[in-house]
Amino acid sequence: MNRLLLLTAALLGSASPLAAQTVAITNGIVATGDGSDPVQGATVIVRNGRVTAVGQGIAVPADAEVIDASGKWVTPGIVAGFSRLGLAEVDLGADGSDDTETGGSPFSAAIDVAPAINPLASTIAVSRADGVTRAIVAPVAGRSIFGGQGAVIDTGSDMNPILRARAFQFVEMGESGAAKAGGSRASTFVLFRNALREARNLGGGGETISGRARDPQPQTDDVPYEEQQDPRLLGADIRRGDDALLNRFDAAALVPVVRGRQLLLVHVERAVDILNVLSLRREFPSLRIALVGVSEGWTVADRIAASGVWVIASALNDLPASFEMLAATQSNVGRMQRAGVKVAIGMIDDNDTRYVRNQRQYAGNLVGLSKVPGAAGVSWGEAFAMISSRPAEAVGVGREIGTLAAGRRGDVVIWSGDPLELASAPEAVWIDGVRQPLENHQSKLRDRYRSLERGVLPEVYRK
Amino acid sequence: MMRAAARTPLLGAAVLAAALVGGCATDSGPKSPGIRINADPYPSTYAAYPGAPTLIRGATVLDGEGGRIENGSVLIAGGKVEAVGGPELVAPAGAITIEAQGRYVTPGIIDVHSHLGDYPSPGTQSHSDGNEATSPARPEVWAEHSVWPQDPGFTRALANGGVTALQVLPGSANLFGGRSVVLKNVPARTVQGMKFPGAPYGLKMACGENPKRVYGSKGQMPQTRMGNIAYVRETWIQAKAYDGKWDKYERDGGAMPERDLAMETLRGVLDGEILVHNHCYRADEMAIMIDVAKEFGYKIASFQHGVEAYKIADLMRDNGICGALWADWYGFKMESYDGINENIALTHNAGACTIVHSDDANGIQRLNQEAAKAIAAGRRAGINVSEQVAWTWLSSNPAKSLGIFDRTGSLKAGKMGDVVLWNGNPFSAYTRPDKVWIDGALLFDSANPRLRPVTDFELGQPGEGDVK
Repeated sequence: MNRLLLLTAALLGSASPLAAQTVAITNGIVATGDGSDPVQGATVIVRNGRVTAVGQGIAVPADAEVIDASGKWVTPGIVAGFSRLGLAEVDLGADGSDDTETGGSPFSAAIDVAPAINPLASTIAVSRADGVTRAIVAPVAGRSIFGGQGAVIDTGSDMNPILRARAFQFVEMGESGAAKAGGSRASTFVLFRNALREARNLGGGGETISGRARDPQPQTDDVPYEEQQDPRLLGADIRRGDDALLNRFDAAALVPVVRGRQLLLVHVERAVDILNVLSLRREFPSLRIALVGVSEGWTVADRIAASGVWVIASALNDLPASFEMLAATQSNVGRMQRAGVKVAIGMIDDNDTRYVRNQRQYAGNLVGLSKVPGAAGVSWGEAFAMISSRPAEAVGVGREIGTLAAGRRGDVVIWSGDPLELASAPEAVWIDGVRQPLENHQSKLRDRYRSLERGVLPEVYRK
Repeated sequence: MMRAAARTPLLGAAVLAAALVGGCATDSGPKSPGIRINADPYPSTYAAYPGAPTLIRGATVLDGEGGRIENGSVLIAGGKVEAVGGPELVAPAGAITIEAQGRYVTPGIIDVHSHLGDYPSPGTQSHSDGNEATSPARPEVWAEHSVWPQDPGFTRALANGGVTALQVLPGSANLFGGRSVVLKNVPARTVQGMKFPGAPYGLKMACGENPKRVYGSKGQMPQTRMGNIAYVRETWIQAKAYDGKWDKYERDGGAMPERDLAMETLRGVLDGEILVHNHCYRADEMAIMIDVAKEFGYKIASFQHGVEAYKIADLMRDNGICGALWADWYGFKMESYDGINENIALTHNAGACTIVHSDDANGIQRLNQEAAKAIAAGRRAGINVSEQVAWTWLSSNPAKSLGIFDRTGSLKAGKMGDVVLWNGNPFSAYTRPDKVWIDGALLFDSANPRLRPVTDFELGQPGEGDVK
């Protein structure tokens, strides 16, 4: 503990840029984030920004900074499973601070959130101080059911937040999508089909309607990611029908989706909507789908499991907050998991800019459900995985982040106690092997107003 | 009628039998006192459900007033807390005995800021009944006239949150939003059937961004914070005049002044019978509202939200105002930008009365956990608040701010049997209510599917009767 404090002080006092170090964190209670139970007295080695070794009896490299984590918990950083982190500083009445609004844009699917992420937003620093090191950031759908392309970011204190830009295309297919498509779910589905057909035509065909469900594609990092769009899609010689609804830029953005080269993240809550979305692969067999929200998922859990798609679920929805979540229950996640659905936790429509730090509370609550007769909870290891490795796997970056394993990025948190408990807090955070500052707007306000005694100068001089 | 009569002194209507309908005048001569208006025309019809004498033994008891008993016992009988003590407490003949080792017993949680029923689930336009946003001052509206008792949120607050009473407030679009109502968390067919017997009314007031946004966007006053305060002061000037007119009439008789529902509510505040619950975020605005209250001679019972309470906790302490606060909400609008996790602990530490509140149909299910987060943030800042003291934020302080602490809010002999047995430490993320009693009636039992309420709306729907 003393050592940790000293290290913090040294870092804060240092003017040199933050750099990846070789660190050996020893004797911690280590949870790797892969679903297994925590292990006592294990060591984590981070070198050159990556985890190089994890386990008991690991040799400590001679050049490593050794941090004794006895009595502390050591985990990968928390991954925000669904967020708007970095997109908006303040939601309401604060012109210029909010980049989630795109309703006035002529574009939809082509929108890419990456340049809108502000790595210095206070919300990022606050999340980082609570151990959130990575976030899946989705656009907010504006005029169309297609919101655009989301990113996976880190929360590091630097100007390079993007781990993967255009990681997925986001589409609203429930109540919200219906409103954007003209009023009904029926209009949503025809709009969706039309858009993907336009994309397929623009992309030069190559796929036909198979009429049968395709085998689920592996959703891992092995699926190639298109860093650059095919320039042919944007060329002047692409001929399109006079009745095209999408502008060319939006249509081009959907080509990787229809080809299965970019993940389609679908917000859906109602059971029948879930099944309708899964059945879209009959017409578009290459679609790689992950579902978010999914409040009624438990009622069709076997069908979701059979489809092999990932689900990023709201953890604790238990109110019939809308007509698409009449069956909402906190047992949703546990029941889906029991049925074999691949589940992660996200903050869908739950102050997804600021509450990402409460994912660990929600995960703890899912563990707590195990004690409630008739409810379906999840194990500690699985609950922690749902806020670390599972979201990463859901969007295809599971080989980079979300677990403590050799080769993964060096995102490590030392916690004062069980990270799913309310009393626990991070004591040290590394991202890509770089020790992070945990100070932020809030911690400085706390220190300024710790005492209300009148001083020799006004409070604004207390820094 | 007996129940209504029992509460009249609280509401200051001395002659209930002479209740009048609006507009009636009398000719009772200059020196005979005027007739009093019925202050309670929608009286509570709440009646406790039957309970069995129950002894909970071996638990950690947090009494809600800062007391803690390890291996403690709580005896509930006749709808009341009969006794609280240690292992020496014995069950009367025929009582149910619960061996509760490893579990906690607390008073029921009281949420002082809820919109359940007024903004119920599902949150459709048809159900949106929380803001009478048609004029900046609508003290004439009463939240109870919007409450839909079938809101499934009540049952979740009971089963997951251990909430036994709550204040339903109008929303914050208005400077004067209307009257609040305090409910027992026992769903009924009518709102009268849920009303907490004898609880004073509250008046919801609001500072800051909401009123100026709602009316400013319509091109009317208030458009600014200075407009907010001017409008509030103008309204209190009217209220003072109305109060004076009616005071004179009640004292001297004569022609009965015309009734004004809006002014009746404000008169109740000036007479100390209706408690002001003031939605305010910023420290500077709270200080101004304290001055407004002094200018017109009323008292603020609580600041609701008070995201910057930690900056003026001394002022709140000195003026006897409770802060009803969130554990960690911040930044969703400019006036919440300086929210910090230590707000509750710092405000408590400065000696002010603090309350953990929800303002949210989900948050109300986890107020115990919110208190836990507030304790933890405080400890990291060097403020050590014990579990037993922190429970005052969840039961006794809320009850005090609502004027019902003489009847509920702590485990003391003679108080209402509003009790929660938790299946572990309620400051843990892993803990849920095991059983919840209200007025001694067992209304939730995690082990008994029969004691799992299903609202009318949920009948026959997917998930009916689920644990939720």
